[in-house]
Amino acid sequence: MADHLEQFRERTRSWLEQNCPQSMRVQPGTRAPGELSDEVAWGGRNEHHTNPDVATWLALMAERGWTAPLWPKEYGGGGLSKPEAKILGEEMRRLRCKPALVGFGLTMIGPLLLEHGSEAQKKRFLPEVCRGEIRWCQGYSEPGAGSDLAGLQTKAELVGDEYVLNGQKVWTSYADKSDWMFILTRTDPDAPKHTGITFMLFDMETPGVTVRPIPLISGASPFCETFLEDVRVPKDQVVGDVNNGWTMAKALLGHERSMISEIFNEERERNLAVEAARKYIPGSEERIADASLRDGIAQLTMDKVCLDLTIARTKEAAKIGHQPGPESSIFKYYATELNKRRTATMVSIMGPQGLGWEGEGFEPSETQAVKNWLRARGNSIEGGTSEIQLNIIAKRVLGLPD
Amino acid sequence: MAYVLNEDQQLLKTTAADFIKKECPVSRLRSLRDSGNAGGFDRAMWSRMAELGWPAILVPERHGGLEMGMTELCCVLEEFGKNLVPEPLFTSALLGAGTLLAAADEPHCAALLPEIATGSSLVTLAYHERGSRYDFLRTTTRARKHGLGWIIDGEKSLVFDGYVADKFIVSARTDGGVADRDGITLFVIDAGAAGLTVTKQSTMHLRDHALVLLAGVEVNGAAVLGSEGCGGEILEDVLDRASVGLSAEMLGNAEGAFEMTLEYLKTRKQFGVLIGTFQALKHRAAELFTEIELSRSAVLGACHALDHGLPEARSLVSVAKARCSDTAVLAGYEGIQMHGGIGMTDEHEIGFYAKRAKASELTFGDAAYHRDRFARLAGF
Ligand SMILES: Cc1cc2nc3c(=O)[nH]c(=O)nc-3n(C[C@H](O)[C@H](O)[C@H](O)COP(=O)(O)OP(=O)(O)OC[C@H]3O[C@@H](n4cnc5c(N)ncnc54)[C@H](O)[C@@H]3O)c2cc1C
Repeated sequence: MADHLEQFRERTRSWLEQNCPQSMRVQPGTRAPGELSDEVAWGGRNEHHTNPDVATWLALMAERGWTAPLWPKEYGGGGLSKPEAKILGEEMRRLRCKPALVGFGLTMIGPLLLEHGSEAQKKRFLPEVCRGEIRWCQGYSEPGAGSDLAGLQTKAELVGDEYVLNGQKVWTSYADKSDWMFILTRTDPDAPKHTGITFMLFDMETPGVTVRPIPLISGASPFCETFLEDVRVPKDQVVGDVNNGWTMAKALLGHERSMISEIFNEERERNLAVEAARKYIPGSEERIADASLRDGIAQLTMDKVCLDLTIARTKEAAKIGHQPGPESSIFKYYATELNKRRTATMVSIMGPQGLGWEGEGFEPSETQAVKNWLRARGNSIEGGTSEIQLNIIAKRVLGLPD
Repeated sequence: MAYVLNEDQQLLKTTAADFIKKECPVSRLRSLRDSGNAGGFDRAMWSRMAELGWPAILVPERHGGLEMGMTELCCVLEEFGKNLVPEPLFTSALLGAGTLLAAADEPHCAALLPEIATGSSLVTLAYHERGSRYDFLRTTTRARKHGLGWIIDGEKSLVFDGYVADKFIVSARTDGGVADRDGITLFVIDAGAAGLTVTKQSTMHLRDHALVLLAGVEVNGAAVLGSEGCGGEILEDVLDRASVGLSAEMLGNAEGAFEMTLEYLKTRKQFGVLIGTFQALKHRAAELFTEIELSRSAVLGACHALDHGLPEARSLVSVAKARCSDTAVLAGYEGIQMHGGIGMTDEHEIGFYAKRAKASELTFGDAAYHRDRFARLAGF
């Protein structure tokens, strides 16, 4: 067993060394914390990269099923055991390989289909997800239904073998770049709000779909309004049972929240706030000269240590077969609040250089830090707001009454 | 498994939890106080705890101990913290046995550890002085050479369980300036030594503390613990471990206070509904829960690092002490607030938790002190 794993490690290492293009390895210190660089594949029909290595790396990894190492081979995954997948991850980190493919297909809809999809749906969609051929977006929120997601109004009426969708989704991240949407619709307007919802999938090129990007305070436009007018969705694109979409929604939110709390892994060896403080606060060669910021940076660093320890603790408990304990419910809340503080502190450290938006007089790292700070404000809104997370902890973990 | 208790550790913890719940609930603290008990704890109870092996946890097997680690000790200390148990486990295991072990002084270890392990002797550490704040190196107590021995003069304050201790390990300056690292020497001194006076200090949190006055106390050369002038290093090691032990207690304090508060939120009614239905209180409870889970990780992380001699141990000690200080104090404050008027009364136990938390925060360095120490260790 151990022998087999060692061999697997050897083989993996030499394969990665030979096949991962140099430009798909992170150069130390180039990545802004919490932000994936542009040079990574999100997949789909609309993707264009100036660097051809992005596509090469994706094709090579997908061929082995290593974009989704744990998924079964028959669906395009790697069919690896957990220890093997862990080794793959370790070896990729060792060589600083960028992920070959990222996005909602791998982290959200894929796991959901594996669990709840029909055999035909798995065969149809999962291999495409693994090869990065379709990019997905999430159609949950509506103008009138955010935190109270179950109040959603987008109608889906069965006409013959098709559902006809009418309504509006909002804050749909990357809708303009995506090929397919997974959506929550109301199929029974008379049922109590949680029981009349159905989860389905459709192609964004279906007639009647209109997408309008919405600029964010950080300048980018990653999310959109999505209008649906008589959009026809074949019945076999419903996932799970009709009117059982809320169960799907909740299962998927679990994946989403754990993903959001894991993306804040900046490079561990370096403390970017300390490096910035040395640069921007005069006289900080030894100790950071601004005592208040120094204390704040120490606090942030120590809080991150505690969060990492808690995540490690949960993973260990899971490994020996414990159900995820109550500690896991705090991740989404704490990680996003911490990221807001961290990115805000970076701007404070830069002082007047933290005013930069673009162009002359500012370094790219400075304008990037400003955008990271603004973007981070959304961390505690997307995927369920902090207040909603606290509601969940109070109810589910602490058992406080409604 | 680094941060999840193994079966033996879990068993130790459950045994301690069950014993303490039954024999030493927090209500006992008030009865001990009101009965005017001198040392603040019950000797018969301490003997029973010794039979369970708790004072022997850190003591090596060759000295009659269980030779376990900080992780195990902290399992028990956390349970002590939950019920504010006054018996001197913290003092005995970390300040007594802990200092002897940190000094790695074989003759003293052989003489004292077996008695400490059985609970028959209580050894404590007298290092802190009025005015030294959190700087354990700042030592005005002096030891002068006198023939083959020493004469010691000075005053030590807030000595843990000093009123009932059998022996003191006293730090005194044998060389160097007041705040130097070098030149501090530790001496093992009998509580009955001529010239040594112990005065009980009345503290807000009902923990036995004493003022120890040393006026021309004579000791022989063998009283030196470790080697002359090297007490500073030993103290840093001891206080690191003690800080983690106290953090585990504070984690327990926070849990105890939180449990009590949560119970109140589910039983007290106002406006015709349980107060636990109010979102203002729910969110604060959920935040406190989050802090407690992070504190638990901090304690486990520091214990793991100390038990395995990891290079980041000192930093993790400071992470634990800072985090648990903040959490325990918050749990005490929120506990009082959410109890309303009854929370302000001496009759209710929530106040005990608030006082203990604040006192522990101000011991061995508060959160700000440990953040600063963390920054220094990380080079900023
Ligand atoms: C960057 C970003 C990306 C997103 N991407 C997507 C996406 O891809 N797909 C998608 O479907 N959605 C997406 N969202 C939408 C997101 O899920 C919603 O914004 C979120 O659920 C909140 O809903 P809302 O905006 O309607 O705010 P509201 O629900 O109106 O909330 C307003 C305020 O009221 C508070 N509040 C609401 N209810 C309660 C309550 N019961 N108790 C206490 N406080 C309460 C909230 O916490 C918040 O502070 C994204 C959002 C952001 C910011």
